[in-house]
Amino acid sequence: MIPRLFAAMAALFATTVSADEEIIAALSQNRVSITANFDGSEIFVYGAVKRDAPSLEGKPLHAIVTVAGPMEPVLVRRKRNMFGIWVNLDAVEIDLAPSFYAVATSGGSLTDILAETEDLRHKISVERLIRSVGAPPSIMDSQEFTNALIRIRERIGLYSSAPVKIEFQEETLIGTHIALPANLLEGDYTVRLFLVRDGRIVDKEETGIFVRKVGLQRWIFALAHQQPLAYGALCVLLAVFAGWFASVAFRRRV
Amino acid sequence: MQIYLPIAEVSVNAFLLLGLGGLVGILSGMFGVGGGFLMTPLLFFIGIPPPVAVATEANQIVASSFSGALAHYKRKTVDLQMGLVLLFGGIIGSAFGVQVFAELKAIGQVDLIVRLCYVLFLGVIGTLMFVESARAIGRSRKKTAVRKLHRHNWVHGLPFKMKFRTSGLYISAIPPLAVGMIVGVLAAIMGVGGGFIMVPAMIYIIGMPTKVVIGTSLFQIVFVTAFTTVMHATTNFAVDIVLAVLLFIGGVVGAQVGTRIGVKLPAEQLRILLALLVLGVCGKLAFDLLAQPAELYSIGGGAE
Repeated sequence: MIPRLFAAMAALFATTVSADEEIIAALSQNRVSITANFDGSEIFVYGAVKRDAPSLEGKPLHAIVTVAGPMEPVLVRRKRNMFGIWVNLDAVEIDLAPSFYAVATSGGSLTDILAETEDLRHKISVERLIRSVGAPPSIMDSQEFTNALIRIRERIGLYSSAPVKIEFQEETLIGTHIALPANLLEGDYTVRLFLVRDGRIVDKEETGIFVRKVGLQRWIFALAHQQPLAYGALCVLLAVFAGWFASVAFRRRV
Repeated sequence: MQIYLPIAEVSVNAFLLLGLGGLVGILSGMFGVGGGFLMTPLLFFIGIPPPVAVATEANQIVASSFSGALAHYKRKTVDLQMGLVLLFGGIIGSAFGVQVFAELKAIGQVDLIVRLCYVLFLGVIGTLMFVESARAIGRSRKKTAVRKLHRHNWVHGLPFKMKFRTSGLYISAIPPLAVGMIVGVLAAIMGVGGGFIMVPAMIYIIGMPTKVVIGTSLFQIVFVTAFTTVMHATTNFAVDIVLAVLLFIGGVVGAQVGTRIGVKLPAEQLRILLALLVLGVCGKLAFDLLAQPAELYSIGGGAE
């Protein structure tokens, strides 16, 4: 009752913008397992709009879906020519950037449907999500490093270069397929859904996906980082065994 | 079949790796070379990050040199005393090399230095091999002057003399120690066994009898590369066991095939082919360093 009352009051003050519309979201899966032959995956993000009053005429309602990998600092280096050879000379540490980022919209590019101020507040475009504050004083063009990070990750499929299409039926049912590439890093991924009307965010919802290495992959990675000495010894033992096996298996003929 | 390498964190085609391992194995069987100096650059070319390529190749050399070392040990063609001195030097060199490698990795220059080392070494070795085998083909079958049994050179003036019974030498421990150290550094930074440096050094500088040279160098290589593998695993977390196993399989099978082919084909012509191959790999690495890259920026260590 109470929220509805508030909504009704809000509607009195801003009738043109907000009819009380809520987004309800779900995922086809909330785990992705990176196995030995992991070749990429796809998740289906779907949802529905719950509303108390009929959809407003005029300004169309849009949906935005983002999928973000874990935010991590990234070091970006730039080569310069020194004595004829291309050498990494400049480096900028970008404070936080998602290891993966995909955006889907129901209405073309983000700038067409979303106000700049809302993008700034909710960090929806990858340019806004990446945080880069400090660059060494010797580097004047630190923005170039952020652009390069986006460019490189777009090329290897970690960032989407153009928004994926969302099927948005009757301004009520939302559905989109987000492809996850083979070079996915493990971590906790965040899925966000936004409802946008007239450039303003009407409602948002957030949920998570766990991306994990599993089986042998997970075991190897954990052993290599937690008990590197045992892991190194295991590698050597395997090598010695392979060498010994070769000398036994091919003994007769050599 | 794509397979995900857990440490390199890239997906590669398993058959491509088996094939590369096999190809290099065939070459090493044919020519009696370790193959590390060809395998590591080939791993760069297929997109394995250079630190992982170097560390994992050191691991593969343990496998490829172990069976040879075992055979020589049984035939008693290993000078254990000399081997231990070389090994002691090798371990010092490798420990130093791995630390340098870690420092270079931290400042983002490891790719560059490893590639530069390769251009230098492959260039020199390829050229020497080419000239040598071209000469061998042209040369008539006249005998060269008989080598003196016991040459005295500057090596014999050094202190800390030791008796090496198997080799029949009474010389300073400094030259074998130094040779071992250089080889250890190369193993750590380039992922090679270093036989191509150690064998000539043992014959011409230390003056060891030829019949124990190969066995003793293999003995040293097995232990130094094993040590290097463990050091890389604990310091740089760069040894990829899945990659290593694929290379073992390809390499072991390839070496057996190569040994059989090598017996049947004319040695000099083959050696010229190998020299051209080495120069080709060198040229490609040099070109990559000199040509302006399409993308000047790189992420992290420069793997992407």
